[in-house]
Amino acid sequence: MNSRFSLLLFVMAGLAVAFAPLPVPPITPQVQTFEIGAGQFAYSPSELKVNPGDTVNIQLVSTDVVHGLYIDGYDISIEADPGQTKTLSFVADKPGSFRFRCNITCGAMHPFMIGKLTVGTNNWFLRSIGLATLAIISVIVSVKQKA
Amino acid sequence: MAKIELTRNPFIKNALKSRYPQLAVFIVMLVGYIFAILAGLIGTSVGSHNFSIVFVWIAWWAILILVAVPFFGRGWCAVCPIPLPGEWLQRGAVLSPPDKKPKWLNLRVPKMFRNIWLQNISFLLLALFSSVLLTTPNITGIVLAAMLFAAIGLSTIFERRSFCRYLCPVGGFIGLYSQTAPIELRVKDKQVCVKCEGKPCYNGSQAGYGCPWDVFPGGLTKNTYCGLCMECIRTCPHDNIAINLRPFSADLAKPSTRMDEAFKSFIMLGSAMIYAGVLLGPWGAFKNAAYNVGTGAWFLYAIIFLAIIFVILPGLFTLGILPTKSTLPLKQRFASLSTALIPLGLLFWVAFSLSFVLTNASYILAALSDPLGLGWNLFGTANTTWQPMLTSLLAPAQTLALVGGLIWSARTAQKAANEIKISSIPVIAFCFITTLVMLWLLL
Repeated sequence: MNSRFSLLLFVMAGLAVAFAPLPVPPITPQVQTFEIGAGQFAYSPSELKVNPGDTVNIQLVSTDVVHGLYIDGYDISIEADPGQTKTLSFVADKPGSFRFRCNITCGAMHPFMIGKLTVGTNNWFLRSIGLATLAIISVIVSVKQKA
Repeated sequence: MAKIELTRNPFIKNALKSRYPQLAVFIVMLVGYIFAILAGLIGTSVGSHNFSIVFVWIAWWAILILVAVPFFGRGWCAVCPIPLPGEWLQRGAVLSPPDKKPKWLNLRVPKMFRNIWLQNISFLLLALFSSVLLTTPNITGIVLAAMLFAAIGLSTIFERRSFCRYLCPVGGFIGLYSQTAPIELRVKDKQVCVKCEGKPCYNGSQAGYGCPWDVFPGGLTKNTYCGLCMECIRTCPHDNIAINLRPFSADLAKPSTRMDEAFKSFIMLGSAMIYAGVLLGPWGAFKNAAYNVGTGAWFLYAIIFLAIIFVILPGLFTLGILPTKSTLPLKQRFASLSTALIPLGLLFWVAFSLSFVLTNASYILAALSDPLGLGWNLFGTANTTWQPMLTSLLAPAQTLALVGGLIWSARTAQKAANEIKISSIPVIAFCFITTLVMLWLLL
């Protein structure tokens, strides 16, 4: 097999791994409510898992200073004063993994006050593992061809 | 791809030969640096609204790791303001060599320190305190000032740029990763250097100073220790120095044999992974441990940090290469094969920095208008609200960087392994596993 042809094959396989649609198991959407404590410089719980289509209610309770919660990708946020509870409701209609982070300057480590929301399966992570595996195979194959 | 000599272009050559363009950039950088120190010391204690934090750890860091190092190697060192005051003092001049040189001690750095172990240690010291350093303006101000004064002090004791060459915590990793850059300074014809009398590129002449980086350009085979100061272009009487455009990672074809450089690769690789987990991960306990310096949790964090870098990663790497059949001592195999970790480490840092920089870049506009956090609004951008940028592109860009780094490192591993005639599979497996961990931490 000539090297250009195998390179083309690997590129096509890479594109398929990165972009091919994956089957989505049918799941009935639910309402999921989380009470998240926010204190310098962590959320508790800091990792949330929901299914695509779920209605998510996040009740943010600040335990010390004013904190916020901004969800990357969804571009929505709330703020809570100390002792107050604020609620953020949204439909988790974008699958994947998203960081949520404090959007109100709350102290030195504020830029790193981060949590993680996973909607369904973190497909991009799985695709990335596939791409890394494919990359290694392609390098090994290309060297064997040269040898 | 063949090399392209950029200095054939008269405009580029004259711009590099003249001291004035470089001086102009130096002055801007020095003013910015001193302002960053002052902002850190007298500005607001809120890091995200202080010039020192925003411009050093977000703007400068982004330019350094995403542009300067990958594409220009030691390009930053060519304009870095830190050694300037000390160098001017040492030389007794700002521009061309003076008639009478000042009498400083001008000692040679002791042989035991002529390696990058001190740079490894200085980087690790900053890394262990980085959660405080990255977020606390007055600590950033103190560290920046300390680096400036250390460079001045060393210039009055030792010859040339001893701070840059042996102590700078940033210069160590820039040197390591500059080997991957598509730009180099090399001599055109080595025979010309052999016959050259007086070696003014190293010893200096009326036209300029001897190499501040203590390098004889005629012997240059890799970018690691050439600071691109352009002094040899000015002093070479034979017009034998060139700046070349070349393929990426050209220097990695000849693997390193030094343990200080090998451990630098592990330090950088491990630090990127630890930062990705601690700073960007969702685990608050790690962040608090890293931030609360001096507490029991911090000491535990420091022990784990050092164990990952000096025991776990090199240990796994060694276990992998131990069974490979070779007549070479294990130490030499370890040093040579660690060359493969250089592209991987660089792209781990790119992937980590993309997340950090894109999330916090919007602070730059606000800090530009109100650099001290005193309520100014110099350019009308002080009230720019915080907004992460390009969040939808972040994960694909990080995957691209990490998988690209993996391919690059796997190919480098094969070349390094071929050089010493052993199997590259254990090193490729090591790169693959660390890449999976980094993907898990970031995505």
